[in-house]
Amino acid sequence: MRHTISVLVENEFGVLTRVAGLFSGRGFNIESLCVAPTLDPTISRMTIVTSGDDRILEQINKQLNKLISTIKVIDFTGTDYIEREMAVIKINAEEKVRAEVLRIADIFRAKVVDVTARSYILEITGAPSKINAIIELLRPIGIQELVRSGPVVLGRGTKAWKAV
Amino acid sequence: MKLTGSKILLECLVQEGIDTIFGYPGGTVINIYNDLMDYPIKHILTRHEQAAVHAADGYARASGKVGVALATSGPGATNTVTGIATAYMDSIPLVVITGQVPTPLIGNDAFQEADIVGITRPITKHNYLVKDVKELARIIKEAFFIARTGRPGPVVIDLPKDVQMATCKFEYPDKVDLRGYKPTYSGNIRMIEKATKMVLQASKPVIYVGGGAALSDASSELQELAELIQAPVTTTLMGMATFPKTHPLSMGMLGMHGTYYANMAVTECDLLIAIGARFDDRVTGKIATFAPHAKIIHVDIDPTSIKKNVRVDLPIVGDLRDVLGKLVKKLVEEADEVKGLVERGKPWLEAVSAWRKDHPMFYKTAKSVIKPQYVIEKIRELTAEDAIITTEVGQHQMWTAQFFDFLKPRTFLTSGGLGTMGYGLPAALGAQAAFPERQVIDISGDGSFQMNSQELATLVQYRLPVKIAILNNNFLGMVRQWQQLFFDKRYSQTCLELPIDFTKLAEAYGATGLRATKPEEVEGVIRKALETKGPVIMEFKVAREENVMPMVPAGAGLNEMVLAS
Repeated sequence: MRHTISVLVENEFGVLTRVAGLFSGRGFNIESLCVAPTLDPTISRMTIVTSGDDRILEQINKQLNKLISTIKVIDFTGTDYIEREMAVIKINAEEKVRAEVLRIADIFRAKVVDVTARSYILEITGAPSKINAIIELLRPIGIQELVRSGPVVLGRGTKAWKAV
Repeated sequence: MKLTGSKILLECLVQEGIDTIFGYPGGTVINIYNDLMDYPIKHILTRHEQAAVHAADGYARASGKVGVALATSGPGATNTVTGIATAYMDSIPLVVITGQVPTPLIGNDAFQEADIVGITRPITKHNYLVKDVKELARIIKEAFFIARTGRPGPVVIDLPKDVQMATCKFEYPDKVDLRGYKPTYSGNIRMIEKATKMVLQASKPVIYVGGGAALSDASSELQELAELIQAPVTTTLMGMATFPKTHPLSMGMLGMHGTYYANMAVTECDLLIAIGARFDDRVTGKIATFAPHAKIIHVDIDPTSIKKNVRVDLPIVGDLRDVLGKLVKKLVEEADEVKGLVERGKPWLEAVSAWRKDHPMFYKTAKSVIKPQYVIEKIRELTAEDAIITTEVGQHQMWTAQFFDFLKPRTFLTSGGLGTMGYGLPAALGAQAAFPERQVIDISGDGSFQMNSQELATLVQYRLPVKIAILNNNFLGMVRQWQQLFFDKRYSQTCLELPIDFTKLAEAYGATGLRATKPEEVEGVIRKALETKGPVIMEFKVAREENVMPMVPAGAGLNEMVLAS
């Protein structure tokens, strides 16, 4: 089962290696990983998408918590949360498909952020399923290059996760 | 007052109460070694950095204090890796300090540069690269705190040469503030109440004890619990000395080379109380048939150990002394029910006795050739109760676990998790440095001994009177045994064909060498060694193709032991 986990870590040298090494060393799977500093610059927030059965997920949670550099681990699975990912897509925009690309972009509320005579770059944010959907529609037209950020998540409602 | 980084390091060690360290000098620690001459810290110069770490490890296991090792950058640092991994697998508190090339050179493939922080990340509890001398005191404080608290483990501090030379105001912090590290010591009382109920409902309880009981010095609490509920006790290799093996409730070791009765008891029990153990594959055998009828209570300070390998009905996270103390207290409050439990448990203890009677731990004695097990029994007979025994890894290690009656905690030092050949001699060196007056004996094989035999020099130089018993069969015996049993006796590369005269080797280093080739010489050799002041090698020419029995073949269940024929 797919799980999205946020990890608050000390924003220090080598912390990404500790987390990534933990996953590779113990044979856990990482689907995606996003990391950037939080409002408090001494703390970084990682969002990790992983998968495994309950036993593996319990180990992932515990092992992450065991790292000295880890301050908090939050598994959002089974809670109400917002999940957003960004994709930037360079797409073929030859004369005969230009309008179709724009129509699709419009439906998905994607923005055109770069234009040439033969290509567009689209920027889109949304749940990973939405990104998947636009990619499937654009694929036959000719995607030349694509980058996805991997999802970031935040729990809904007023409750906020703080570091300590 | 402003101090250099190297002096700050040494000041911190003194403030941590460290009086002995083990190490080996080199270019990037030369400043530290220079300042060391002015500090009240005894430095023991081993002949290899791996041995320095094993020695610090033996010092830590025997004394309960944090062991400290010091090595230079590059090859010095990489030589510490096996020692660090050994300590990590057995949760031994160490602080290992490595020199590093000056910070401007890091990443440039400088002379004797190695990314030791990267290399040791998966085998340390935590590690540090010190980039600024201002951070040094805090980092050392944290390193000792992390090493000794919670589930203990090794911590590496990589200290670049320019940081050692830089100066700053020295102030040793009086406490640490690690927001990501807060080990749970106090066991949750509700869980302990639940455990009390489970214990009181059991009819066939077994207590299964691991190295955690040694690390937390929980022997007396453990014994109280076992005696109160009259539950038979089995230990892992690491838990061995925490429960006296001669105690009527002791079943000895469980697992691959455990006793038949311990393995049968675990298979048949209805309650398994796991205490500071981690259900290692050498203990459980086939998971599917491990304790199939039992409810499992698992007490451990490390949450990751719980439910990692086996299902657990009741997890309790906490320090063993705290949890066992509370559990005993709760049980004592239910005196009547405990009486009922003890009554109910009588047939169970009888069943265990019957298994023990049917298949006791035994070996065939011989008149013409020395049996290795006999040597081990004799060493027990002739040494003090608190003698510290170390081993290397292989057959001799298992025979020691099977035939040596350990009576006191922290008297058995062995590499359990990693299984490091070459551990025993330097570990004995470290233990002897911690306890100069106690008997320290390294029980070794001829294969393992040669992995760190250079440490004979260290023993002689520092007058550390370690006695080394080499059970010499001219084989890498454990692998040979597997080849015999599972590979049609095809002894590929396990015969150490060159016969070595270990007594002459001892003499070359200025130690004493003794040899026994017949059973009747064994006792005399051991007596003479124990009477000798300095280090001694006792070489025992033992039965060459003796096997460690009984045995659970790899992948089989604990109830499928192969017994000695």
